[in-house]
Parts: sequence; structure tokens; C-alpha cells
Amino acid sequence: MSAMTDDAAGFEPSAGLVPSEAKIARREMVRQLLHSKTFIVGNIVVGFWVFWAIAGSRLTPHDPLEQTSNILKAPSTAYWFGTDQFGRDIFSRVLAGASSTLTVAPLATLLAIVCGTAVGLVTGYYGGIADDTISRFVDAVLALPLIVIAVMVLTALGSSNVTLILVIGLVFTPPVSRTVRATVLGERQLDYVQAAQLRGERGPYIMFVEILPNIMGPIVVEATVRLGYAIFAIAGLTFLGFGVQPPSPDWSLQISENYTLLASGTYWWTVLFACVAIATLVIGVNLVADGLQQVVDE
Amino acid sequence: MSTAVAQEVEAPHALELEDLDVVYRVRSSDRQVLRGVTLHVKRGEAYGLVGESGCGKSTAALAVVNYLPRNGRVRSGGIRIDGRDARALSGAELRELRSNAVSMVYQNPGAALNPSIRVGKQVAEVFKTRGASGGEATDRAREALTRVQIADPGSVMGRYAHQLSGGMQQRVVIAMALATDPALLILDEPTTGLDATVEAEVLDLVAALQADLHTSVLFISHNLGIIRKMCDRVGVLYAGCLVEEGETDTILADPRHPYTVGLLRCVPRGGVRKDHGRLDTIPGFMPNVGEELLGCVFAGRCTLAVERCHTEVPEAHSIGGSHMSRCHFHEQAQSLPREVVADLELPAVDRATEPLLSFDDLGKVFKQQGHDVHALVGVTAAIWPGETLGLVGESGSGKTTLARSLLGIVAPTSGAVMFDSRDLAPTLKGRSREDLRALQIVFQNPDSALNRRHSVRKIMRRSLKKLTGLTGSAADARTRELMDSVRLAERYASAQPGALSGGLKQRLAIARSFAGNPKLVVCDEPTSALDVSVQAAILNLLVELQAKEQVSYLFISHDLGVVRYVSDRIAVLYLGRLMELGLSETVYSGPHHPYTEALLSAVPTVDGGERERIKLEGDIPSAANPPSGCVFHTRCPRRIGTICDETEPPLVEVEKNHLMRCHIPLEELRALQAAGPPSVSAAAAP
Repeated sequence: MSAMTDDAAGFEPSAGLVPSEAKIARREMVRQLLHSKTFIVGNIVVGFWVFWAIAGSRLTPHDPLEQTSNILKAPSTAYWFGTDQFGRDIFSRVLAGASSTLTVAPLATLLAIVCGTAVGLVTGYYGGIADDTISRFVDAVLALPLIVIAVMVLTALGSSNVTLILVIGLVFTPPVSRTVRATVLGERQLDYVQAAQLRGERGPYIMFVEILPNIMGPIVVEATVRLGYAIFAIAGLTFLGFGVQPPSPDWSLQISENYTLLASGTYWWTVLFACVAIATLVIGVNLVADGLQQVVDE
Repeated sequence: MSTAVAQEVEAPHALELEDLDVVYRVRSSDRQVLRGVTLHVKRGEAYGLVGESGCGKSTAALAVVNYLPRNGRVRSGGIRIDGRDARALSGAELRELRSNAVSMVYQNPGAALNPSIRVGKQVAEVFKTRGASGGEATDRAREALTRVQIADPGSVMGRYAHQLSGGMQQRVVIAMALATDPALLILDEPTTGLDATVEAEVLDLVAALQADLHTSVLFISHNLGIIRKMCDRVGVLYAGCLVEEGETDTILADPRHPYTVGLLRCVPRGGVRKDHGRLDTIPGFMPNVGEELLGCVFAGRCTLAVERCHTEVPEAHSIGGSHMSRCHFHEQAQSLPREVVADLELPAVDRATEPLLSFDDLGKVFKQQGHDVHALVGVTAAIWPGETLGLVGESGSGKTTLARSLLGIVAPTSGAVMFDSRDLAPTLKGRSREDLRALQIVFQNPDSALNRRHSVRKIMRRSLKKLTGLTGSAADARTRELMDSVRLAERYASAQPGALSGGLKQRLAIARSFAGNPKLVVCDEPTSALDVSVQAAILNLLVELQAKEQVSYLFISHDLGVVRYVSDRIAVLYLGRLMELGLSETVYSGPHHPYTEALLSAVPTVDGGERERIKLEGDIPSAANPPSGCVFHTRCPRRIGTICDETEPPLVEVEKNHLMRCHIPLEELRALQAAGPPSVSAAAAP
């Protein structure tokens, strides 16, 4: 045999590199992420809120639920962010308020990603009538205002964190499925899909074992973007009274409890800090999403 | 050297590179891509830069026009364009130089044109930036398009880029490049994406324009045949180093660097066929970009290399005239040992027996925007056990559709496929595991054919499980066996395809297709994405596997030299119809169908024994609206009259084992083709 004369054998320029090439690619990705300022800043912000969501009232200077006689005090050294109409410390409530949002939003997003990916894979891979039917339905759902559907369902089923997760998760499934479907359409043109069909693989194997690992990048980006929207949606529903219930220190709950006080022109601190908290979390999540997007696109 | 100096006094060279070093900065270290390249392009000269992928030829071009990627820079050396030092110029002067003195034509014309601006406006834009008024610019754009032999410039100017064929797009790009009357025109693989007949037209055009305008040309290509046809002098680039340079004819006839010698031997040519012997290959890999090399860049792969080659950089030895070689032992370069291989026993094909696979009157109609597109029309052929049937034709001829219909990926609209004397279900769903095992494919692009998230082992084991039911240690053993048979080292088993070179990926794809001991493997352009030295190794492998496994191939390729090497019989497709089918040698030596004749004459070869080229006029007609009568009559240089326009000739056996679809009788074709290529008037005569 002519083993020495073929490119598969003999001289070896990349010896030693080969087995860990996949790791090198992963390390390169991490390196790029660590060089992305957007990604780092986003992570610091999100990390800050995750820490407080876990630590909760154990580390806050006051018990966020404790009512005192110091009602509606302006920010001071004793109460950094002031107190609300029940004399509760707003600084502690803002820190502790991260936990409800950061429980409901990620779980709802996870649900949306799982369902949306499944639907997107099926519609993108099979195409044809299944795609036409499901995609038209998805378009129809996307045309309805999200809040209206959510309010309808929550009114019918009653508010609880579980229903909130289910509602947000299902309402976000169509947009996720659209993104996944578009990625699958590109991927299924590739010959490895045909090669799988030619050895007799069935649809589910091709979708979940062949295609899915190759589209994880876009799915992760979609998940982060959706998480930002989910936080907004929960904030909106809670504000309207369909979400988290009192006396939770949830941010939107704080806003809805206190916004009537704004009319008087004073007491701005009862609302402002909760608003800033929501804004920073959403911006932080979006910065992470941007950072991921850049690396995935490259 | 002294002549060069003398000329410099008269007029500066169009381009001079002196000891040019280009580096790319990757992860905070400099990787050298060009290693002291020195060359010049004289005025009015066509200079060819040839080399395999990764050798730095495109980097050289980008350095000249100062378009290196952001992490690339010229570390040292000089670039002089038209006598001016490009590295010493300011930003504005450089822009001016770039817009007036140099033009570049890239590989993909579709990407070079703006898809949302009409062609006429885009071409006129070039003149407008040079100060022409609106009306004047339009007139000059029309002139420019006429100059590149576009027959109807008015209508082309009103169209968008995507409405033009690839050849037409490239003409437009060339027209724009020439609009500024540049001193230097750089062509970077300008015909790589084009069909052979279109490629020939574009090359003819460039040659004619060059002769006409006395433009200097830097022609970059991996194809020595094209370089031979187009260039006065050629430089061979390897791993960023110019290893040999000289007059094109001298280099091809008397190469003095082992790399050039090896490169020339890799190409299947001169009618070599698999039963005559194996192809030569170049062992090993090109050094990685930026690798520290103490000696000769080629030493690691050179079978002549001695100690000195690894430790001492060879200087540029002058071998008479302008011929230069960077090899310590350039006198011995041609004694580069050929590989000695055991003779293969290729399967004997007995066409008296039942064929392995046959298809009868196969047709496929695609619906496209309400139109019927006839991708295949009544194709009938058979493949016998152990035989290779070559399938050639331009893009859009139905090659891939035919392969997919046989494999069951698309269901044919009419006709039937018989396998081992039984009907084969039209789609994969209806086929048994036995059928799936028997028919497999090797795709053109291994990057797309292999799942980039699965390891080599997983890819192999899954195929084995599905096709043969092997699992566990039995599957591991068989995986090792298969990897061994394609010479894919076992340590790659845990790697993902991304870690393998192009050639290794294709080996893996071949190993996968052989997992279930197939009877017939469709090879869909398996080497067209690979460099010539790798191509030779893959072709050798396929032939070797055929000898060992007695497998049949349906071998699709646009490279007629490759098809000739591997095929026992050849089928020629045009617009979904079989135009000619015969033994490989019969089809090549003729008399052949006028279309086959044109295809063969379009290919630039390395040996020089080139036929005079037959011009095919116009583009391939659309399969949605095929011409009446003989579908080839609109382009046929041997059309004999109205019978060709009105009646479709039947596919008849003109001699034993030779089928043809042409109104001209065989003997007449023989006489006509012996007399040489048809002139334009001959085509019109009855």
C-alpha cells in the first residue's frame, strides 16, 4: 500500500492539536466572550440581581415585609431609598424584589424555548402541510396583542406563579418557533441531513440528534432575548394585578401599589427605585444577548 | 537581472513585489503568510500565480491593492505599482492609485455586483466617479459592455445582476475593471465557479482584451491548464514562498522544483485511465500558516529532501533566462521518485449479464412558479457490477437530479429504476434496509455532508448501526477497519470534522458511504472542492476501493480529465436529455456528439496537445422552456439545417456500445471532426 504517499498518513503538521480541537474552538468562543465588554457588563448587572434573588431578605438591612411607623420617609442614611406607605424599607424591598421576577421569567422562557424549538424543528424539517398549518396559526397568534391573551387566560385560570409561567411560556412559543424554523430551513439544506435520510434515519432522530446540536447558538441567543421580554411581560401583568400578589416585594407590585402617590409630586422614591431595578435587569439581559449574538454570528 | 534593470529605465514594470513579507496577527502573535515574495509583472505581460489553497496567492493580490483583512499587514518589502511605491503613498494618493492603476476581478461575480442596482447604472457609476456627466457615463457604460462582447448591451444594462448568467456577470465585472484603463488587472480565480464552455469563453475574452489593450495581468489560479493558456510567465507559490518562476512553457516542460514536478504529475491527463495506473500524489500537508521553517518550505513533503534542505533556506537559483528555482538540488528535481504501487486488479465488467442498476425512460418535472421544469427527459441507461459510469454535462443539465432520483431522494415523475432485477421503490420511505445499504453517495462538499457536531466515531458507528445493525465492540472494530481502508488514522476517531483537512473529511465521507458494503456509490463531484494533490489521492482511493469491494460508481464531474480517469463508460447529459453514451475511450476519441466535442475542446490542458477550441454561442437554454427539435440546436456549431430545429433526433446505437442523439450520421461526423473544428459558416451551411 502507499500509505506514506497519501495525505492521511506520514507527515503530521498538526499532531497533538487534533483530539482537543473541539475544546480549542470552545475555548476560543469563551475567550471572545471575555473580550466583549457588552457581555461582561451585562453579566455583572444580571449577576448582581441573581445574587440578590438568591440571598433575598437574609442579607437585606431590614426585613422587606416588616411594617413600621416610619411611613413615606424620604431617602436618608437610615433608609437609603426611603420607606413606603406601610413604613417598609424600600432599599431592602428593591433588593429582595429580584427573586419573584428572576424565578418566573427564566422558567417561562425555558418553557417557551423548549416548546418553540420543538415546533420550529417540526415545521422547518417537515415543511409541507404541517408547516403551512402551524405557521399560519403562529402568525395568527403573533398578530394578537400579547397582554390581551395573557390577561384573558389569567382571568380564566386565576393568578398564581405557575399559571403566570404557563401563560408567558405559551405566549412566547410562537416567536421562538419562528426563529428556530428559519434556522432549521438553512440547516436542512446541508448534505448531512440527506446522508442521514439515506441510511434510513427517521424524522425525530434527524431533528433532535442531527440538526439540533448545530442550531444551539441561535437558540441560546433567542433565549436571552426572550428572557428580557419575559421580564417586561411579567412586570406589565403584575402591574395590572394579574401577576405576583401582595405583600411580595416584587418590583412591579411596588410600582402599582405606589404610583397613585406620584400625583402629589412628592414620594417619587416609592416608585423610582423599582423602575430603575427593572430597567437595569432588562438592559443587563439584553447586553448579554448582544454579546452572545456577536460571538455566535462569527 | 540586467535586462530587468534596462527595462526599468525605459518604463516601470506594471507591478513589482520585492521581498514581500505579509503577516496576519492571530491571538496576539504574527503568523507569516508571505515569505519574501519577489516578482514583477512587465508592461503588457500576463503573469500567472499558481498554487494550492492556503499558499497565499490571494493574500498577495490583496496586499497589492492594500485590501488585506484588518489583522493583516505588510511587515517588510516593497510594492511598486506602475513605478510608484504603494507603501509610501498617503491615503488619498493610494486611493487615487487604486482607482486608476489597478483593478481586481474576484472569483464570485455574483457577490461583486450590487444585487439591487441595475447593471447599467453600476457600470456608469465607475465613469461618474471619474467625472463623466450622467448621459456621457451611460454611453461609456454601453461602450464598455460592448467591449466585453456583450451582444445586447442595452437590454443587459436594464437588468439586475441575478437576472444574468454567471458568465455574463463576470463579463460585466471585467468591463467595470477595465473601465479605468488600469495599468494592472488582477484576476483572482475568475472562472472557478463557471462551466467549462463558459469558462473558455471568458478566458478567450480576457486574452483578446489583453492583446488589444496591452493591459498587464496578474492571473491567480490553482489550475495549471488555465495558466498555460493565459500567461506568458508563471510563478509557483507554496506556503507563501515563490518556489519557482519562469516562462510558462519552460516551467511546464522543464520544472526545476520538486513541488512543481509533483503538482504537474497529480493531474490526470494525456488520457490516463485507472487501468493504466495510479495517479501521483504529494505526500503530507502544506505547513501551517506562520509555522517557523528553518529550511526549504517544501522539505517536509519532498521525497528528495536531505539534511541540508531542513536547515538551510535555498536561495533563488537562476537556470538560464528568467527561469528561477528555490531548490538546492534543482538539477535533480525531475528525478523526484514516483510512488511504487502494487498493481490493482480492477473488476472485469461483463455487460452480457444482468446490469446491477438500470433505469428506463426516467423523467422528472419540477413545478416552479406554475411552470413545468423538465429536469430529466426519458433518460435510459444501466450500470453493471464493478463498473464506473461517468456523468458529465454543464450545470443545469440534470446530473444531480438523476443521481437523486436513483437514490430515492426525489421521486421521478415517470420511468422506473431496477436494481438487481427488481423494481426499486421511488422514494426512500419505500426502500428496505438492503436497498439503503446497496446505494450510497459521496457528496461534493464534505463540510456540508458531515455533521460538524458529531465526532468521527459517532458518524461511523451510527451508519454502521443503521445499515448493518452492528453495535458495541463489533461496530468499533468495523469502524477501525473502515478508517484504515480509507487511511484515516485512528487517532482522529474522537475528533470532530472541523479538525480535519478537506482531504481527510472526504476520506471520512467515503468511509461512511462504504459502511454497509454498498453495491453502487454515487460520487457527486467528490473532488471538485479539493486541491489537485488531494484530488489525486482521493481518486486513487476510490479506484482502490473499487478493486477491493467490486463496487460500481456513478461518477458525476465537470472535470473531463477526472471522469476519463475513473470511468468505464461515459454518459453526456444536456438539458436533462442523454446526448451520448459510450465506452470512455470511444466518447473521448470520437467521433463524438457535437456537444461532447465542444465540451472536450473547452478544457484547457497542461500538456499542450490542446484541440482547437469550438465556440459555443450563448448560454444554456432554460429547462423550463427548452428549444424545439434537438435541444442543442441553438448552440450547435454543426447544425445541419431545419431538421435540427424541428425534429428531435432519437438516441440510437451508432456503433457497438455507443449511443448518440444526433441527426448527422456517424461516418459524416467522423469525417467532419477529422477535418477540424467547424467554422462559423460551416455551421450555417446545409
